[in-house]
Amino acid sequence: MFGYTPSELWSIFVMQSFSGLSLFSVLLLMALGLTIIFGQMGVVNLAHGEFMALGSYTVYLCSQIVQAHCPQLMPYYFIVAIVLAFLVAALFGLLVEWSLIRFLYRRPLDSLLATWGLSLFMQQTYRSIFGAREVTPTMPEWLMGSFNLTSSIQIPINGVFVMGLTLVLTFGVWLFLYRSRLGLQMRATVQNRAMSGAAGINTKLVDRFAFSLGCGIAGVAGAAFTTIGSTGPDSGSRYIVDAFLVVVFGGMTKLVGTIASAFGIAQGQSIAQFFLEGTMGKVTILLTVVVILMIRPQGLFASKVRS
Amino acid sequence: MKKTPALHHPKRLSISRLTAALLALGLITRTLSAADFPTAKVDATGLAVTDDTVTVGQLHSATGTMAISEAGSIESERLAIDQINAMGGILGRKIKINFEDGASDWPTFAEKSKKLLEQDHVAAVFGCWTSASRKAVLPIFERDNGLLYYPTFYEGLEQSHNVFYTGQEATQQIIAGLKWLNETKHCKSFYLIGSDYIWPRTSNKIARKCIENDLGGKVVGEEYYPLGSTDFGSLINKIKLKKPDAIYAIIVGGSNVAFYKQLHAAGIDSKNWTLLTISVTEDEALGIGGENLAGFYSAMKYFQSLDNPANKEFVSAFKAKYGPASVIGDVTQAGYEGPWLWKAAVEKAGSFDVDKVVAASGGIEFTNAPEGYVRIHDVNHHLWSKLRVGEWQPTGQVSLVYESGLIEPNPFPKGYQ
Repeated sequence: MFGYTPSELWSIFVMQSFSGLSLFSVLLLMALGLTIIFGQMGVVNLAHGEFMALGSYTVYLCSQIVQAHCPQLMPYYFIVAIVLAFLVAALFGLLVEWSLIRFLYRRPLDSLLATWGLSLFMQQTYRSIFGAREVTPTMPEWLMGSFNLTSSIQIPINGVFVMGLTLVLTFGVWLFLYRSRLGLQMRATVQNRAMSGAAGINTKLVDRFAFSLGCGIAGVAGAAFTTIGSTGPDSGSRYIVDAFLVVVFGGMTKLVGTIASAFGIAQGQSIAQFFLEGTMGKVTILLTVVVILMIRPQGLFASKVRS
Repeated sequence: MKKTPALHHPKRLSISRLTAALLALGLITRTLSAADFPTAKVDATGLAVTDDTVTVGQLHSATGTMAISEAGSIESERLAIDQINAMGGILGRKIKINFEDGASDWPTFAEKSKKLLEQDHVAAVFGCWTSASRKAVLPIFERDNGLLYYPTFYEGLEQSHNVFYTGQEATQQIIAGLKWLNETKHCKSFYLIGSDYIWPRTSNKIARKCIENDLGGKVVGEEYYPLGSTDFGSLINKIKLKKPDAIYAIIVGGSNVAFYKQLHAAGIDSKNWTLLTISVTEDEALGIGGENLAGFYSAMKYFQSLDNPANKEFVSAFKAKYGPASVIGDVTQAGYEGPWLWKAAVEKAGSFDVDKVVAASGGIEFTNAPEGYVRIHDVNHHLWSKLRVGEWQPTGQVSLVYESGLIEPNPFPKGYQ
């Protein structure tokens, strides 16, 4: 077929499926934190990308420090760095919630402006500290290279790693949202703040925790992206569009919506880019999403609410 | 009373003749001072020239997306100006720099160039990096008769009375490189890849014409990805399917790192594949990581590792000023040439006036530039320069594998538009 042998077509099919899956995990990772902050809490956090960059820079710092002081730990530092990225981003999120976001819950337009300002502030801070050039942390050897399944099928290890991380994180978020007490309180707060308060839920504390958790997940996403690309002061602005696209397309409030939307967009884009070309593939998928949202403004999975 | 003009005074004349003769013989050495060039004479058009200083503008992005790329040019232009000042300046005047930040935003570039030309009346501007920023300031330079030295290699198809292009135009960077691939690596089929904007698209157009018409080869794929893309999985699969003899890549900015890392992870390395790029300099290599590039080729006019005395001096001066870890890419070196070429033209013209400097510029030589000998073209404001192909080493530096002769700049190639 088309002048290619069946085995060639088979290996391309396998690798193409894999590249779709790996884009899926990247998109899902970008959107996970935002599902909580934007989907659940309704805060339009335009600085979400910068929280991812914060995670990336944390990994970069770790790699610099480890390389300078104890190079024998290089193979293992990355795991610790991911945890640190979570903690740093979550702590900073906590600070931001306390100093900024909590005053803006009832003012969505103001929160949009304020978080945009925050994103500019964070970008400039990165630029002053790390310089304008993009940086890449040194990756441990085991993360680079690929599994050679056959002579023509190569599966990149960093892709598998990102996928694994996404799986773990998604499962964690699911456990938290649907199986934990705090998750239950959060969903209750989202549905009816006054009633939840009346039922004895400390809604302020829930807000603070949820925002900080969302930021922490963004930090982990940023850490994972260092295995794929480089980090610059404005890397965050590259992520933010895709992240919002996935969450809005998925219907905002449900985790399963975000997952389905990330999967749909990733596979669609990957296939379109295979048969068309880079830019056209992206354009096609954006157009499709726009059309679907016009027909179905509530997104793929909307929660049923009595109106 | 009739005043005799000083130059026609017989005694003065003989003294100045004697001085000139002695100078020519190298018998006396004397730094020319501003007194030898009265301000009224070297500046008839109201530029920012005083008896001991001349002000120039520097217009680059110090903030925003492009700050990554423009940092090197800012540094090298300053280094050149410092060195010129240390030698006594130009026509006895020290150069002062007015720096303006274009902030990676093209309207800002236009506004700042207006400020530099109309308020500050700078004698020359060293600046711009992307074609978009150059196009934004061009009408202002032409209207106010300013003078711009532009350092970046670019797509060509432009020539202005008011601009000197110290980087290569597309044909200088593309054609010789492709011919080298064809002759030494026997490449017949090519996969063209680029970021989606004017420079990669125009460059690939020229590459395609060259491949199809001159080399008798064939282009098996041509693709563009949006700036900032980090997912190249589908592209890499297509490359594996089509098995081109060579991959020709013009990916820029943040995408670069993702692209080369993914190629590496997907098993496309120099053992079985040939890749030539015209968008990776030592600056980008720093971010991509030498191990992801090893064995691939870049076509540039300058590499930091060039082995000549002028370059060694340049590299050590640069590192002394900006730290031992700094790297120097092609554009950084082209930025360094700007002030020197301007100095030579001003001295030849004996004036800072833009029209006189432009008229004097054709044929100006810079014999010991870090890249080696270069010369401003008699007509088209670009530089005669060589093309070099370097093979990337894991260290993030290249080893030189090919060097062409001097190539005539031709911003409007026939049959390539």
